[in-house]
Amino acid sequence: MQREGYVPPTAGGGGGGTGTGSTRPGGYGGDVPRQTSMKYLCADCGKSVTLNKADPIRCKECGFRILYKERTKRMVQFEAR
Amino acid sequence: MAPTREELERRRIVGVELERVANVTSTDFPGHYPGEDHSWDLNDFKKRFKIDIHKANDLDYEFDLIGVDASVANAFRRILISEVPTLAIETVFVHNNTSIVQDEVLAQRLGLVPLRGDKKGFQQLRWRKKSPDEPAAEATDFNTVVMTLKVACTRNHATPATETDPAKLYFNSSVYARDIKFAPQGRQSSWFSGAGEIRPVNPDILLAKLRPGQEIDLEIHCVLGIGQDHAKFSPVATASYRLLPSIKIKQPITGEDAEKFASCFPKGVAEVQKDKKTGEKTAVVVNPRKDTVSREVLRHDEFKGKVELGRVRDHFIFSIESTGMYNSDELFLQAVQILKKKCTDFQEKLMES
Repeated sequence: MQREGYVPPTAGGGGGGTGTGSTRPGGYGGDVPRQTSMKYLCADCGKSVTLNKADPIRCKECGFRILYKERTKRMVQFEAR
Repeated sequence: MAPTREELERRRIVGVELERVANVTSTDFPGHYPGEDHSWDLNDFKKRFKIDIHKANDLDYEFDLIGVDASVANAFRRILISEVPTLAIETVFVHNNTSIVQDEVLAQRLGLVPLRGDKKGFQQLRWRKKSPDEPAAEATDFNTVVMTLKVACTRNHATPATETDPAKLYFNSSVYARDIKFAPQGRQSSWFSGAGEIRPVNPDILLAKLRPGQEIDLEIHCVLGIGQDHAKFSPVATASYRLLPSIKIKQPITGEDAEKFASCFPKGVAEVQKDKKTGEKTAVVVNPRKDTVSREVLRHDEFKGKVELGRVRDHFIFSIESTGMYNSDELFLQAVQILKKKCTDFQEKLMES
């Protein structure tokens, strides 16, 4: 499997692995249909929260209003230096 | 006109005086002493050159290199530190890292983990060229070793509620170097198999700590490199030398002074000997090798003019501490080979021009 250097996420692509696809060969996070809902993590109870476009930013379990974005599912390359 | 023996002996010693170091540079080269021939001679060198091995463990090696110039001993030391190739982690592909350690920090940490494996297998490995326009830049089984690190932390439900130790409360609460697993590519599975598979030298290096729900999932690429490029490629923890100390007693030191003289040195360097008939105490030097050359003895007036401290100019006490990929003695032989290759390359270049 060939892997070139890190390609930054393209503008307009959604977060959380719903990117509009990459140009890299061997394709990590290739073309994925655009989703309307996003997953977040509640800052208080730690549960995963799925939000749609118009939903209020609020945890469905505990009502906490701070949500964290999930880490990218893309592979990221680092030099061990 | 040949110099006397005493004169030759004097020239071998670097003087260590109370406030200065004397007679520092070597003088055994042609043209320094009128009428003396100091041109380099192979037979002469063979006669003087000697190696004494004092400590020979796998990772810890100490020997005496006698009869070479400081430039040669230093060349070996520098080659050992920065030019003997070793394998180290070079690129880290992070699929997931939700631990508290940031990706960059974790990658840097991984890079410094010393690796080992079948030594014959390492001979199959080639350099991986850095610049992308050269043909060898692509990763093959000849230049890249792939390893993986995939650890996820989970709660251990079998522990009582009163338990506070994270190691018992959770599974994989700590990520250690032993969790890095070798993923052989192509022919590598035959080069590095069984006990010779590539693994960290020290399995207990702590890489990161995890809590339930956190995960580390990495692919790691290791390449050959040299210490000049990055310290992680250096095969030695330390490679150093010191000159053999010499302590000369010029006038006998007796009585109470003898006790004081012996106490000026570390244990085992000087001793007090008692004459069986007269019962007189005399100080003798037993093992100058153990001396730290602290010059304590020069601070006391009673020893003024009676003792001379120094170091033997061409007697190097060499110590090599390996990080584990190669044994220390192999490392020195490799250093010799590298210097040899450099010399022949240089000679070829000279012949061309």
